[in-house]
Amino acid sequence: MSTTASGPARRAEADLEALPLAPPAATGLREVVRRRYLLGMLVRNTIKSRYQGTVLGWLWSYLQPAIRFAMFYFLFQVMIGRGSGMENFAIHLFAGMVIVHFFTETFNGGTQSLVQNRSLITKLPVPREMFPVARMLVAAWHTVPMLIILVVPCVLLGWRPDLVGMAAALLGFTLAAALGLALGLLFSVGNVFMRDVGKIAQTLTQFVTFSVPMMYPFTLVDDRFGDPWSGYYLLNPMAEAVLLIQRGFWTGTTSDPEVTAAVHLPDQLFARGLTMTAISIVLLVLAQRVFSRLEARVPERL
Amino acid sequence: MTTMIQVENATKSFTLSYQRSLKQTVLAKARGRKTHDTFNAVDDVSFTVSAGESVGLMGLNGSGKSTLLKLISGVMRPDSGSVMTRGRIAGLIATGTGFDNNLSGRENLYLNAAILGMSRAETDRKFDEIVDFADLGKFLDTDVAYYSSGMKARLGFSVAVNVDADIFIADEALAVGDRPFKRKCKKRMDEIVKSGVTMFYVSHAPGAVRNLCDRVLVMESGRLAFDGDVEEGIHFLHYDEGDDSGEDDGLGADV
Repeated sequence: MSTTASGPARRAEADLEALPLAPPAATGLREVVRRRYLLGMLVRNTIKSRYQGTVLGWLWSYLQPAIRFAMFYFLFQVMIGRGSGMENFAIHLFAGMVIVHFFTETFNGGTQSLVQNRSLITKLPVPREMFPVARMLVAAWHTVPMLIILVVPCVLLGWRPDLVGMAAALLGFTLAAALGLALGLLFSVGNVFMRDVGKIAQTLTQFVTFSVPMMYPFTLVDDRFGDPWSGYYLLNPMAEAVLLIQRGFWTGTTSDPEVTAAVHLPDQLFARGLTMTAISIVLLVLAQRVFSRLEARVPERL
Repeated sequence: MTTMIQVENATKSFTLSYQRSLKQTVLAKARGRKTHDTFNAVDDVSFTVSAGESVGLMGLNGSGKSTLLKLISGVMRPDSGSVMTRGRIAGLIATGTGFDNNLSGRENLYLNAAILGMSRAETDRKFDEIVDFADLGKFLDTDVAYYSSGMKARLGFSVAVNVDADIFIADEALAVGDRPFKRKCKKRMDEIVKSGVTMFYVSHAPGAVRNLCDRVLVMESGRLAFDGDVEEGIHFLHYDEGDDSGEDDGLGADV
């Protein structure tokens, strides 16, 4: 963590004169980056206090997803057999879960973040964007063990990282991060004015879980609903993000990755992914604008 | 003189909502009742504070002192007008805010210092001084959840007074801890004043204001009613009249 240099205990008059006369508290995402030391500390403390009092500590962040994966594996691979004719369905499901979990944590956590840090926000000048951003980083930190739990069985099943696949996974996570943070910023400030907004966010995240190709393959949507509808389905950015992750991990575990990708993934995966990511980043910029306009009224409404 | 705080026609209004749910709002609208009201907590306030000045902010409860302080510290932004400051603002505002009960005293010390704008290097440098002042002994590495309220207050106070500030804000925080600690705090505050920092001190206690300040601002229902000499300001508020002055309501503004 880098630190910014600070002045001496008492500045001389001339030094004071050199400082700008400015509004007392700077805000915005840029200020969050400038105060990354505080941001890092908020993130670390949130993680630390989650495992506070446990004997196993951070091992829980590996244990929980590992057990979840073992359950899926047993259910879909051993009990139901090869499922709906899909290879390695457990990987398909878990890969989707990793990114959906990251997204919903970012979105939901961000939405609650301002209200949860009420006591701090109403008393001390801290850039308010700090809290949704911190929640995204906490979500990212919890994604790392899940990724490792995902990669181990992938490797055992013959998956090897390929450049295109890694690019797809990276793009998927960028998309989920930008979209999650944008929505987190918007909903967090909305939630201050109307607590209903938090409930809406929860409902939306439930919707996300079922509207992405993780519990079922994309081909199912294509087969059942046909052309125009599967196109609309793909307009959901999270569906796109999950497909990118499937390209990154799941397709590589199947016996013939090329065929799997051709059958189970839509055309122009990257073109769509890049477009969605660009849109999400624009949305993030807009969300930040809306946030900074509304946050002036946040302390008194909390 | 360098201007440290410049407040120009600052106004901050608050909205009072009488109803929160949709049903209540609709019913109130249908019956022609007001659903909300706005009032100016800080109303067209202007003043400047130069470097090295020590200003006491006084006023009755609800006169807008805290809101004005929040505008200066940057927690709130004015709806109209402007509030400008120079350098780093720190001080005794909401000491101990942001303490995480699940973390140790040491971790909370670093967290609190970071919230107040200190870097890691700066905190490292001042660590011993802060710990000495808080006098927590072996409790430093215990979770704050097990601290007594006095210990928590002491830790918060020691972090706050050790932040190097260009503008030092204090919101009546001298009353923490037991007698020896209070004495230590008072001594520390005197040192801070002597160091020549620009100070902004909110208080109801005329004694403390006399002791620490060389100028007084008095707020009255959101407006700046008085700006000037300490004794005159205290007299303006009738805070110098002793305990038997309970019946002078309504005469307050005619001085």
